[in-house]
Amino acid sequence: MEIKVLGPGCPKCQIAEKNVRDAVSEAGVDATVIKVTDTMEIAKHGVFGTPAVVIDNEVKSVGKIPGKEEIKTWIKK
Amino acid sequence: MAEGCCTKNRNIMILACSGGSNVGQLANRVAVELTQEGIGKMFCLAGIGGHLSGFVQSARDVPQMVAVDGCSVGCAKAILEHAEIPIKDYLVLTDLGMEKNKNFDLKADEIQKVKDAVKEVCGPKQPFSPITEMDSSGCCH
Repeated sequence: MEIKVLGPGCPKCQIAEKNVRDAVSEAGVDATVIKVTDTMEIAKHGVFGTPAVVIDNEVKSVGKIPGKEEIKTWIKK
Repeated sequence: MAEGCCTKNRNIMILACSGGSNVGQLANRVAVELTQEGIGKMFCLAGIGGHLSGFVQSARDVPQMVAVDGCSVGCAKAILEHAEIPIKDYLVLTDLGMEKNKNFDLKADEIQKVKDAVKEVCGPKQPFSPITEMDSSGCCH
């Protein structure tokens, strides 16, 4: 599983990334977490704003910080 | 696309039908001008119509959105319904008394009338002001 956190580096983006990493760790799933800061790369996902979370190329959240429990529902098989 | 950093809560998403008539193109023109004026940000209705996840999820998650259809056929509304996106503020230009035709010479007074109508339909829920509150790194807090 590949999880991307889209965001140039603001505090909200950092919290989103931490929540994703914590959720992955707590859920015990095999996932690679990638922080994407390049605006052109972010634009390729067609999101209206950041932070955004993308799991296996499907955008799950845009413009808000998803909580750990919500993230777990996305990553648990 | 993402510009700068975190999305501002008052960043109104503007979706125009951009159809092949005067009112469709009027909707498009107004969306462009309101974006340039910092009232909101035009977003890609075609991406939603294509069910691309970035566009669909963005429309679902945005706090405030206005959809503008040129006529009562309601293509923008239908696209949002098909993608199961809740419709928030909504405007149909022919309901403003505009006649649908194929004259693409858009008039300044009509553009202004629609801009005022969009601002009104978005209502007093949030004040209109340019989106400029970012720090030196381009990030909001």
